[in-house]
Amino acid sequence: MKFGVVVFPGSNCDQDCHHVIENVIRQPVEYIWHKSKKLDGVDCVVIPGGFSYGDYLRCGAIARFSPIMDAVIKFANSGGLVIGICNGFQVLLEAGLLPGAMLRNKDLHFICKFVELEVASTGTPFSSGYKKGQKIRIPVAHNEGNYYIDDKGLAELKKNDQIVFRYTDNPNGAVADIAGIVNKERNVLGMMPHPERSSEAELTSQDGLPIFQAIVERLKKNG
Amino acid sequence: MYEAQVRVTLKRTVADPQGLTVKHALESLGFNDIAGVRMGKFITLQLKAKDQAKAEAEAKDMCAKLLANPIIEDYAVEVIKS
Repeated sequence: MKFGVVVFPGSNCDQDCHHVIENVIRQPVEYIWHKSKKLDGVDCVVIPGGFSYGDYLRCGAIARFSPIMDAVIKFANSGGLVIGICNGFQVLLEAGLLPGAMLRNKDLHFICKFVELEVASTGTPFSSGYKKGQKIRIPVAHNEGNYYIDDKGLAELKKNDQIVFRYTDNPNGAVADIAGIVNKERNVLGMMPHPERSSEAELTSQDGLPIFQAIVERLKKNG
Repeated sequence: MYEAQVRVTLKRTVADPQGLTVKHALESLGFNDIAGVRMGKFITLQLKAKDQAKAEAEAKDMCAKLLANPIIEDYAVEVIKS
């Protein structure tokens, strides 16, 4: 089992993700520079948070065309597990691996604080360690987390149980309080909150840890 | 050479918190007859295309692939000789 953390110029949560995988859930993990064209046999790809390419043009819009992204898209389309956190979520939206787009936060503030989430779906390889309806505490840190999707798209998300996390007190104006979604096939997760910042007791919340543990369980099952 | 002038704007159906804030700021300056403010991006492209039609087609292709996100944005392209 091996995790790969993709690093773009401007990524800044790559080391946090690497740390949690290596030292908290104790699994093999390597960095993958965005110029690489292959994933080197990883079983789960993590697209971390940060400000890839300085958020120029639109968040994630330039990173989406980095050389590594062709391999990530192929990996995702063949069922590989991909998790995009914060800027990573934005990259997955721009790449078309997840539906919708991000707008600036409703009140224009950069929001950096713990938020409460409700686990809306446990039927994914990422959220199977939670109970449906469970309230968890995970921090957000973003300027463009105001998730947008049109009514038709929202109806699809609901019909297919693709909404995984919802804010209990919407901080950014996101449609339907959406904090995290999966694709229809359920192997790609995008979420604005940072589970890697809430996986150790020292950080006052370990509510993000079950996500990493659930991935490990799934990969073990896959053999 | 041609210059393509690209305007990228949020779709009418998409809320624009930035535009709304600028509207409030203008109103606090005493401009009280504003019906609406929308923010967008203006991009100029210097193109080496052979003719105007080619320059326009190329610029539109760039908009579709990268410069605009069709889920939330509209774009308009105008090409002038430069």
